[in-house]
Amino acid sequence: MAGADGDDSLYPIAVLIDELRNEDVQLRLNSIKKLSTIALALGVERTRTELLPFLTDTIYDEDEVLLALAEQLGNFTMLVGGPEYVHCLLPPLESLATVEETVVRDKAVESLRKISQEHSPVDLEVHFEPLVKRLASGDWFTSRTSACGLFSVCYPRVSSTVKAEIRQHFRTLCSDDTPMVRRAAASKLGEFAKVLELEYVKSDIISLFTALASDEQDSVRLLAVEACVSIATLLPQEDLEALVMPTLRQAAEDKSWRVRYMVADKFSELQTAVGPEITKNDLVPAFQNLLKDCEAEVRAAAANKVKEFCENLPEDGRETIIMTHLLPCVKELVTDTNQHVKSALASVIMGLSTILGKDNTVEHLLPLFLAQLKDECPEVRLNIISNLDCVNEVIGIRQLSQSLLPAIVELAEDAKWRVRLAIIEYMPLLAGQLGVEFFDEKLNSLCMAWLVDHVYAIREAATTNLKKLVEKFGPEWAQNTIVPKVLGMAHDPNYLHRMTTLFCVNSLSEVCGQDITTKHMLPVVLKMAVDQVANVRFNVAKCLQKIGPVLDSNSLQTEVKPVLEKLATDQDMDVKYFALEAISVLVLA
Amino acid sequence: MENTKLPPTSPTSPTTGFSVPNAEKIDGFPRRSMRRARQRRSHSSSQFRYQSSQVELTPLPLLKDAAAGELHELFVQKLQQCCVLFDFLDCVADLKGKEIKRAALNELVETMATSRGILIEPVYPEAIKMISVNIFRTLPPSENAEYDPEEDEPTLEAAWPHLQLVYEFFLRFVECPDFQPSVAKRYLDQRFVLQLLELFDTEDPREREYLKTILHRVYGKMLGLRAYIRKQINNIFLKFIYESEHFNGVAELLEILGSIINGFALPLKAEHKQFLVRVLIPLHKARTLSIFHAQLAYCVVQFMEKDATVTEYIIEGLLRFWPKTCTQKEVMLLGELEEILDVMEPTQFQRVQEKLFKQIALSISSPHFQVAERALYFWNNEYILSLIEENCQVILPLVFATLYRVSKEHWNQMIVSLIYNVLKTFMEMNSTLFDDLTSSYKLEKQKEQRRERERQELWRRLEQESDRRLQLMQEASLNRKNLQEHHTHAHSHTLTHTPHDPSTTNAS
Repeated sequence: MAGADGDDSLYPIAVLIDELRNEDVQLRLNSIKKLSTIALALGVERTRTELLPFLTDTIYDEDEVLLALAEQLGNFTMLVGGPEYVHCLLPPLESLATVEETVVRDKAVESLRKISQEHSPVDLEVHFEPLVKRLASGDWFTSRTSACGLFSVCYPRVSSTVKAEIRQHFRTLCSDDTPMVRRAAASKLGEFAKVLELEYVKSDIISLFTALASDEQDSVRLLAVEACVSIATLLPQEDLEALVMPTLRQAAEDKSWRVRYMVADKFSELQTAVGPEITKNDLVPAFQNLLKDCEAEVRAAAANKVKEFCENLPEDGRETIIMTHLLPCVKELVTDTNQHVKSALASVIMGLSTILGKDNTVEHLLPLFLAQLKDECPEVRLNIISNLDCVNEVIGIRQLSQSLLPAIVELAEDAKWRVRLAIIEYMPLLAGQLGVEFFDEKLNSLCMAWLVDHVYAIREAATTNLKKLVEKFGPEWAQNTIVPKVLGMAHDPNYLHRMTTLFCVNSLSEVCGQDITTKHMLPVVLKMAVDQVANVRFNVAKCLQKIGPVLDSNSLQTEVKPVLEKLATDQDMDVKYFALEAISVLVLA
Repeated sequence: MENTKLPPTSPTSPTTGFSVPNAEKIDGFPRRSMRRARQRRSHSSSQFRYQSSQVELTPLPLLKDAAAGELHELFVQKLQQCCVLFDFLDCVADLKGKEIKRAALNELVETMATSRGILIEPVYPEAIKMISVNIFRTLPPSENAEYDPEEDEPTLEAAWPHLQLVYEFFLRFVECPDFQPSVAKRYLDQRFVLQLLELFDTEDPREREYLKTILHRVYGKMLGLRAYIRKQINNIFLKFIYESEHFNGVAELLEILGSIINGFALPLKAEHKQFLVRVLIPLHKARTLSIFHAQLAYCVVQFMEKDATVTEYIIEGLLRFWPKTCTQKEVMLLGELEEILDVMEPTQFQRVQEKLFKQIALSISSPHFQVAERALYFWNNEYILSLIEENCQVILPLVFATLYRVSKEHWNQMIVSLIYNVLKTFMEMNSTLFDDLTSSYKLEKQKEQRRERERQELWRRLEQESDRRLQLMQEASLNRKNLQEHHTHAHSHTLTHTPHDPSTTNAS
């Protein structure tokens, strides 16, 4: 082998290439993933002259191998000798940018974009830009698709003649015969516009944008909506009306719901991009239409944007616009036939109260909140409850609490445990906002009822919930309200409930502190060590291990140790195991 | 408490169509049964967006009562009448109008099918217009975002009572003996066909069935549109494979293609070979292969029967996209392979046998018994067996080690006994070779282990070497830096030796 003559640098490339050609795909993949190791061992020169030509010539492999290769090559600059030689990486990446599989191609383009930055301006024109041109005029759609992603990285750094060529190529691809290429071009239109000089944005980009936005395929048209945001940001305000708005208006009323959905989905960005004047005159009516769209998908997307849109309205006239133009639509959505629409609205509607202020909230929004709290769809109710904090700031939660309570109770007893689980998660938040008195009076019993739920996930969540409540209300509250109830369950005939006591102790001991734990919880736990169910006994051992750090050393030695030692001789092997583990963790041996 | 209002909102009410995204975030198990309950009731249609003001329909005289001179005029009037669309999501809206249109459509279908001479030139634009207005629409979003054609009930088109008649009329129109492609092409153009193809994405299987038959007829009669139709189908497939992974009509389009391929002229044009290699073969990658695999395999076999020289492309392609983890797909591909082998010419077989039997050996050693079983069934196929026998010298060494090992290791007794049968067959085919391989099995195994050790050694040395070089590079760059600092600052720094930090090694 090469090492024999004392020169490790002379690895025969053939041996390495065999590794890269191994019959087993997995091994081949491993080798490719360690390509940098091979390159390092070969040194920069042999990497350039031997390894890269091999890689370029043999690109026909499984997509997974190609993906790994495309990724590796993006980090290869140093391994071929630095920026001076980075163009050596272009041939293999060029081939990879033409393969069929999208993930490979995208990765190759990503790597090409990365190494384009490492090219000197001269190399960029001599090596990189010709590659982009070749790809852009390739026979098969894949290479043309890849080219779309490369224009914007070289444009800013080349001479004006080359710039003109690049613009020409981009233009051609925007009207390509295959929809795949037009989609790729449309999705890069915004990015390309950003690197162009303003005069060319106006002369070139706008016409391309207009053409793509009226493409025969809706999958192309909807991508133009995305580009619209970038283009509108680039143009001076006075040009927007003439250059962008006709197309945007048309998109908002497109016959395909996918395009309208896209407009709804990008509405906040569009709003920022076109500025307050156009928003007032154009976007408000467009938004009204989207909120009333015949397709639920579109309405839901628009409903999601209600709060953001209102927030970003110009402050003068904001209230009037909301009250006269938007609120009527919002009201209708509260009783929409589609639950997704309602629940999208429910997730943002509470945010309107901060914008509209106390009086409007009480008069106009509160009835809507109340209606949604009674919605047949639990998700809607949950979304309202999870956003209560917004309303709390404006009108205080008391206004709502009368309706809130039945809604919470109903969700708390929902037949679907997932719904119960969701409401439990909001309990600490609700408790914080409603205050300790209201909580004790109305909600405490619910929290305790969850502890004996027949679904384990609910009992578990209920335990965590108690801990969070104690964090909010303090140990004293815990001692008076929940600890007695929790400990009472230790005598329950159902062993699952007895175990819940232990789980509660596990999570409560730390927040309740040494005093409560030692005086109240520990005696109960110790008594359970003689439970007839082994599961309870080994959970006693686990529990003791868990609460050990909270206890003082005296009780550890005099009370915990004897019990654990007894459990360590239990006839059940699991009990033994956990007892011994506890002894060793607590260092009681 | 408003107890009276509770029943409809009660969460236990079985009619509550409840999807659980919020809760799913918590435990991530989608509840299919629940989604499906909702699915069954779903009907959808995007058709009626732009018809807010409804036109009141008045019944026209019956076509069969029309005087010969007035028949065409009345026919066109009925076509125009049928351009009015109705809202079927609201099932009680405008029942009278719906009935008038239904009756008119029925008459149109009937007349188109039975009266000769009805299809005169002025009827074409009106007929195409009526068809376009009714069937072309943006398909509604799927009721179920994760619609799985195998598991879920499809969303049915609500307007079907009318739509079906329109499709029926369309079919009679293109099938009509009076149909003249030279006239029709003015109206039935590329734009029209493109929209027709987009409709294949409909979830409603009834609609796809009509579309399939109609497109097939259009392809048959409109020669000028053929190339365009093929190109657009390619685009749909490429989008399906590489972009969206979603298109409901793949099976139907493949079915049409199956008969189109049958009609290809020989020798195959480059365009058609490209279609095979770049579109049909990659379709095997799709996650939802099972839905259209039968049609796809049929197309592939059609190609083989047309022109045996494509065999190598096909086998290489299938092996390239061979499923790595999905055993269900692997079983399907093995099935397809058997169909292919069944029509493979012996000379072609010899060109691909090595690659092929390496994969078959891998499939035999699959721990999934259905995969192993499917591969072993090849030995029950007489034609394949004869191919194997002719090339026993090549094939037996390729599969022997696997058969030997799996016969000792497989958990499933049925597989083991199938393998014994295969081994027995081989023994009968060529007992000398069989004995040679048996005796050299251990040796081969040892060789293999040695090779593996050598590989590991190679990598160990490589990593050492690359570590060493990395270190050198780091030191060099540090020296350079220090040197620069030396120049810029008046006083010199002592060179610090950098300890090698393995975390910066790319290889680690």
